[in-house]
Amino acid sequence: MDTTLIVGACQAGVQLASVMRDLGDTDSIILIGEEAHRPYQRPPLSKGWLKSELTPDDVILRSREWFAGRGIELISGDRVVTVHRDPDGSGTATTLGGRVIRFTRLALTTGASVRRLTVAGTDYRGVHYLRDADDALTLEPALREPDVDHVVVIGGGFIGLETAAVARQLGKSVTVLEAGPRLVGRVVAEETSAFYLAAHRRRGTEVVLDARITRIVGDDASAAGQKGSVTGVELADGRIVPADLVVVGIGVVPRVELADQLGLEIDNGIVVDATCRASDGRTVAAGDCASMPNPYPLGLGGRVRLESVNNALEQAKIAAATLLGRPEPYVSVPWFWSDQADLKLQIAGLSTGYDEVVVRGEPDSEKFGVLYYRDGRLIAADMVNRPAEFMAVRHALMKGHTIPPDAAADVDVPLKQSVIDPAALAA
Amino acid sequence: MTITDPMTASADAANQEQTVSRVVYTADDGTVTEIDGRPGDSIMETAVRNGVPGIIGECGGSLSCATCHVFVAAETLALVGTPGDLEDEMLDGTAVEREENSRLSCQIKLQSGCRYHVTTPSEQI
Repeated sequence: MDTTLIVGACQAGVQLASVMRDLGDTDSIILIGEEAHRPYQRPPLSKGWLKSELTPDDVILRSREWFAGRGIELISGDRVVTVHRDPDGSGTATTLGGRVIRFTRLALTTGASVRRLTVAGTDYRGVHYLRDADDALTLEPALREPDVDHVVVIGGGFIGLETAAVARQLGKSVTVLEAGPRLVGRVVAEETSAFYLAAHRRRGTEVVLDARITRIVGDDASAAGQKGSVTGVELADGRIVPADLVVVGIGVVPRVELADQLGLEIDNGIVVDATCRASDGRTVAAGDCASMPNPYPLGLGGRVRLESVNNALEQAKIAAATLLGRPEPYVSVPWFWSDQADLKLQIAGLSTGYDEVVVRGEPDSEKFGVLYYRDGRLIAADMVNRPAEFMAVRHALMKGHTIPPDAAADVDVPLKQSVIDPAALAA
Repeated sequence: MTITDPMTASADAANQEQTVSRVVYTADDGTVTEIDGRPGDSIMETAVRNGVPGIIGECGGSLSCATCHVFVAAETLALVGTPGDLEDEMLDGTAVEREENSRLSCQIKLQSGCRYHVTTPSEQI
């Protein structure tokens, strides 16, 4: 009998276990996660949860009955600290809590940990990160404390901007400090970045680009042995941005410690092939921790590590099939979303390697899109408050279809009607 | 603080004068699954937490993915109201074309002590 050990009780880990059962695996499956909570969804932590619209129950992924009914042993609140494989491929994992787990199959869905700010002063009270449920459980009430007026968000990516939007909606004075020359610079084109800069400023948030943070400053401890509270963030030009609360959202780092112990190849994450198999040919990895061959658009080359629910689910499906000896390659079109104030951003595809963009609609209307092209072919789109058009693009990309750039710019024609099949045109 | 189980929570909620609702999911192939759902939870959440096939809910109910499309049975329509503007737009992009009784099940919150019947489409992506 096989025993599958899945390390990381997250969206990818749960999906992997679920798909193994769907594919007919009846052997032992153990899913272990270091957090004390049962597996939950992360995206709401910086959205509905911070807005106090959700309770912990609302973000739980599966009921206890589901785990029991599917014969999946869930271990929460214990961390795998060592893992090794014997020459026959089976192996042993040991945990912080003293468990020794024998396995024949191993899946790493270890995710990513929050990137820490390295300047002085991050240990003042009132400096927060936002990655886990525990972070959200602390930050949500902290944002509502009556003496918190000035909120500084360090990092102008999705987590930072979503958090800034919530703080602003709570009536706080909000400053976003972004180290780069534009917002969400890692993910979207300049047009979309410029829109978010204008949109957040319109809502009263101050945004500082190219911000060089030298340290976080605070007051003296009120009691011996207790750290004081944050009072501001100092920039390289000497300016101190006042802060009663700081949220740091500067990205995440893939968790590769166990992969490293196994001697697996690592390159910005655990290197996997298109079937989610790691370099030992046995272990699979999925989700935020996995670096896979660029799946899209085909032929682009290179590797990519995606941080999204969609990718966690897709890779987990593939990894499950691979563990059961039925490998199938990644074919999904990645997609992402971000909700900031009343702005719904939906991104379809990956824009890496684009050589042309088309802006559809007027950005200042807060209902527009940016479509990305490579060699005249649609490869991705950022859609703001245009959900139907996002769906049209996503379906077009999934079918290998495109939208001619001139048609994409014409807002009088629904995008859905402009989708064409390049193969049919060539025929 | 730990996150409590929704199912445990619903049992504990007996003193909150709310009774569970029953959701009947009929899959495209005719398979029927019946689940007791907690009032306030959506039809999507109730399905996903209990592994009901045919509903994905990738975005967790934030109206971003349209992978929880259902057809609402005639006898349930009166319970569920009509789609909002955003839901209506997303319904234009479902994998299986929308019909008069189409809804995104993340937007249908269960009331107390009701019976719901929905049919899931052949595909969600």
